[in-house]
Amino acid sequence: MSNRLVHWFKFASPQSFYPLAGKMIPWFWALTAVFGVAGLWLSFFVAPTDATQGEGYRIIFVHVPTSWMSMFIYLVMAAWAGLGLALNTRLSGMMASALAPTGALMAFLSLWTGAFWGKPMWGTWWVWDARLTSELILFFLYLGFIALQAAIDDPRRADRAGAILALVGVVNVPIIYFSVQWWNTLHQGASVSVNKAPAMAQTMLWGMLLMALCFWMYSIAVALMRVRAIILEREAHTEWVKDLAEVKR
Amino acid sequence: MIWNSPAEFFAMGGYGLYVWGSFGVCAVAMVLEPILVGRRRNEILGSLRRERIAEELEEKEAN
Repeated sequence: MSNRLVHWFKFASPQSFYPLAGKMIPWFWALTAVFGVAGLWLSFFVAPTDATQGEGYRIIFVHVPTSWMSMFIYLVMAAWAGLGLALNTRLSGMMASALAPTGALMAFLSLWTGAFWGKPMWGTWWVWDARLTSELILFFLYLGFIALQAAIDDPRRADRAGAILALVGVVNVPIIYFSVQWWNTLHQGASVSVNKAPAMAQTMLWGMLLMALCFWMYSIAVALMRVRAIILEREAHTEWVKDLAEVKR
Repeated sequence: MIWNSPAEFFAMGGYGLYVWGSFGVCAVAMVLEPILVGRRRNEILGSLRRERIAEELEEKEAN
């Protein structure tokens, strides 16, 4: 194996990832703040009033980022879980467990902000529509993953059981994404897609993208914080944890 | 500037409840989650420190 490859594998051990994550966290918080301030400024003071939805459309600036993150975090979580299942690396399972609560929160916020958008625009908080129902299933998949892991005492076995659940659940992500095309639904179509021009003003689009970056950086920062706590919990018996400066004082 | 007064800004063209209900809950969630994670870290650090102190006391007694 080449030296460079060995160098990268080094970070796959909890012992070397723990301090690395600690160094990265403040940078991701700083990026969260920068993107958040810029995104909120565009969302509230630059983006024009929508022709059909008035000021109510501004919910898009939190609804779309939380929805994207709920799906994206699930894919990343499933990828880590699958990696752990295939290579039996310790850190992979910890990463998957660290991402699940943040993913669940994003799914919840997506449903919540969706309800607050649906009420004034559709006249109802909730409908059993394909997009909404599949997003609700995503929320339950996160909760199921967390509950399953919590129910198994041996963390390595909990990781494997959770990984299978996470991988099976991946099928739900494209269902959410394409639901507005596959089924007749109340939910409006995609605001942004790769193969056509965005159906909105430039400033609205930028506001949404900046807010999405803010939520993205937030998710990384908080997941790194959580993975550090999980590393301490699971490696509590090891010498390197006992020798950490924060334990010694 | 699209807003003529702070009151107009908070009213959000009649959608105030919905816009602030969405942004507010997101903000609360994004403040609470890091606090809860910080608490989880403090709990495990606390128990690691207690364990360490217990080990040191045991060593002293043995000597």
